[in-house]
Amino acid sequence: MTLSASVPGERGSMTGPAPEPATSVIGVRGLVKRYGPVEAVRGIDLDVHRGEVFGFLGPNGAGKSTTISILCTLLRASSGTAHVAGFDVQRDPAAVRARIGLVFQDPSLDDQLTARENLEFHALIYNVPRAVRRQRINEVLEMVGLGDRASSLVRTFSGGMKRRLEIARGILHDPRILFLDEPTQGLDPQTRSRIWEHLQELRRRLGVTIFMTTHYMDEAEYCDRIAIIDHGRIVAQGTSDQLKQMVGGDVVSVITADDVRAMAEIERALDVSPVLQDGSLRMEVADGAAFVPRLIGAVSAPVRSVTVRRPSLDDVFLKLTGRAIRDEDADPLQAMRAMGARWAGRRR
Amino acid sequence: MIVAEPEAAPTAASGVVGVGTRSATLRAVYMIWYRDVLKYWRDRVRLIASLAQPLLFLLVFGLGLSSSLRGAGGGFGGTGGSGSLNYVQFVFPGVVAMAVLFTAIFSAMSIVWDREFGFLKEILVAPVDRSAVAVGKALGGATQAMLQGCVMLVFAPLVGVHLTLLSVVELVPLLFVLAFALSSLGVAVASRMRSMQGFQVVMNFMLLPIFFLSGALFPLSGLPGWMTVLTRLDPVAYGVAPLRHAVLGGAGVPAAVAARVGDVSLFGRTVPTPLEVVMLLLFGVAALAVAIRGFRIPD
Repeated sequence: MTLSASVPGERGSMTGPAPEPATSVIGVRGLVKRYGPVEAVRGIDLDVHRGEVFGFLGPNGAGKSTTISILCTLLRASSGTAHVAGFDVQRDPAAVRARIGLVFQDPSLDDQLTARENLEFHALIYNVPRAVRRQRINEVLEMVGLGDRASSLVRTFSGGMKRRLEIARGILHDPRILFLDEPTQGLDPQTRSRIWEHLQELRRRLGVTIFMTTHYMDEAEYCDRIAIIDHGRIVAQGTSDQLKQMVGGDVVSVITADDVRAMAEIERALDVSPVLQDGSLRMEVADGAAFVPRLIGAVSAPVRSVTVRRPSLDDVFLKLTGRAIRDEDADPLQAMRAMGARWAGRRR
Repeated sequence: MIVAEPEAAPTAASGVVGVGTRSATLRAVYMIWYRDVLKYWRDRVRLIASLAQPLLFLLVFGLGLSSSLRGAGGGFGGTGGSGSLNYVQFVFPGVVAMAVLFTAIFSAMSIVWDREFGFLKEILVAPVDRSAVAVGKALGGATQAMLQGCVMLVFAPLVGVHLTLLSVVELVPLLFVLAFALSSLGVAVASRMRSMQGFQVVMNFMLLPIFFLSGALFPLSGLPGWMTVLTRLDPVAYGVAPLRHAVLGGAGVPAAVAARVGDVSLFGRTVPTPLEVVMLLLFGVAALAVAIRGFRIPD
C-alpha cells in the first residue's frame, strides 16, 4: 500500500535494489526490524542526497526512532540493507559512526561539566586533532550561539541551550551526516525556530547532510525532502510541495448548524466526499474560491463559517492514513505537562 | 532537485577520524578516567562527606572500643597488658579499607546514573570499543578510591597510629590494588543494571557483608567454621591483611603480634603479601571481564 509521491520527471521513490546514485549519502533497501512478533519497521526504502535536509515524519510509534537507530548502528536490522556515508551499517558500524554526528531524543550531556568540557571529551573520543581542537570547539560554540557560555556548567543551561550544545557536539568532528532524533521535542515554539535557524546555518556553512525525525508536521517545511512513515511503512516521499499536490487543490472546511445533513447534501450535489473532523466538514477540491458559492448554495442549514486554505502536511497525512497525525500524538511527557498545567491553572 | 554542494566542503576533517582503532579506544579510556577524576576533584563536598563514615568508625567505634578494652584490663589480640597493640591501631587499616570499598562501589554507581541521564550513550555510540567504558570506569573509580584511602592516612596521627614514610610508600600501591579490585567489582555489577534502585539494592545486599567479613573490624582467626569460609571468600580480606601488615609494621608492633591478629591463613598456611596482591589483581581482572561483557550486551 505504499503510495509514491513522485511526480513524473522528478527523482521519485526507488523500488527494488537499485545502484546508489552518486549523490546519495544514505541508501536504505527493504529495511525490516522485528521485536519478537511485532514488526516495527516493515520494509523501508530511502535515499538521502548529499547536503539536503531530510525530514522523517510520522506519529509516535511509527518506527522513526527504530529506523534512525539502525542507520546510526545502534540497532541491528532484522533484514534489508542500509548504507550510510558509503559504509554498510551492519558490516562496518565503526566506519559509519566515525562519519556521523548524533543528537538524541533524550539529553546526553554531562551537566556537571562545562559546555567546553563536554565538547573536549567528545573531541577526544572522536580524535579531533589536538592542534585544531580548541579552535574547532570555539567555532561550533559560536555557530550555535553559545560562544559566551563556554565555561558555564551545563546544569545552568535552559532546555534550548542544552539542545544547541548537543548540536554543536554533533558537528564537532565534522561529520558528513548529522542525525537528529526529535531535536525540538518538548521545546517552546520560539526555541524550536531558533534551533531550525542554527540547523539551516550549519547546512549552509558546512554542507553537512541533515537527517531528522519529527512528529511536528509544521517543521517539515524546513526540510528539502520528506518521507512520511506510518505503522512501519513509508507512505509518501518527496518535497513538501510534491506531497501537498497529492491532496490536490485546496482544503475547504465548513461549519454548519447541522453538519450531518450538510454532509449528505454536499455529497449529493457537489460530488465530493467531506469528512467530519473536529466539528467541521473538511473536503479537498481543485479550486477553493470557485467552490465556496456552490457549497453555500448546496447546504440548506445555516452556514456558520467557511475556510479555504492551501493543504498542509497534516492534510497529506490525513489523506494517506485516514487519521490526523495529532490523534496519535500522545507524547506521555507532554500529556502529563498539559495535565499539570491545567491542574495548576485550576488552583489559581 | 538534487542539492548540489561543492564536493570539497564536507571532507575537510572527516578523514582524520579514527575508526574504532585501538588508539581511539585508549583515548576513550583516558577520557572516561579523566572525567571521573575531574568530577571527584571538583565535588569537594562529596569528597569530605564521604570521609564522615570512616571517621565515625575510626573515632567513635575505634577509640571507644579501644578504651573499653583497655579499661577491662586487657590489651588487644592477646597482648595482655603490655600495651604493644591497641584496638585503634588494629582497626585503622580496616577503616582505610572501608573508605576504599565504599568509594569504589559508589563511584561505579555513576555508571547507572550516566545511563539514566544519557551521558553513557554519548560514549556507547562513539566509534570506540565498548570495553573502554568498563576499563575507564574501573580505573577512574580505582583512582578515586585510592585517593580517598590516602586522605584517610592523614588521620593516622590523630588516633595515635604512627606511620613511617616507608609504610606510606608501601601502603599507596596496596591501596590502588584493592581499589582496582573493588572498583572493577562495582563496574561489573553496574554494567548489568538499568536502574539506580537496582544497583542500590544489590549493593546494600553486598556491601556490609563484604565489609564485616573482611577482617576490618576483628581478626580472622579463631572464628566459627562457617564464618571462616565466608571470610576467605571475601576479596577485601586479602586487601585488609597487607594494609594491616604495613601499618602495624610501621607502628613498631612486634611482627609476631601483627601476624597473629592480621594475617589471613588459607588451608592452614599464612598467605604472603605478594600472593594477596596477585589474588586481588586477578579478582579485579575477572570482574573487569564480566563488566566488559556487560557493556557489550546491546540495550
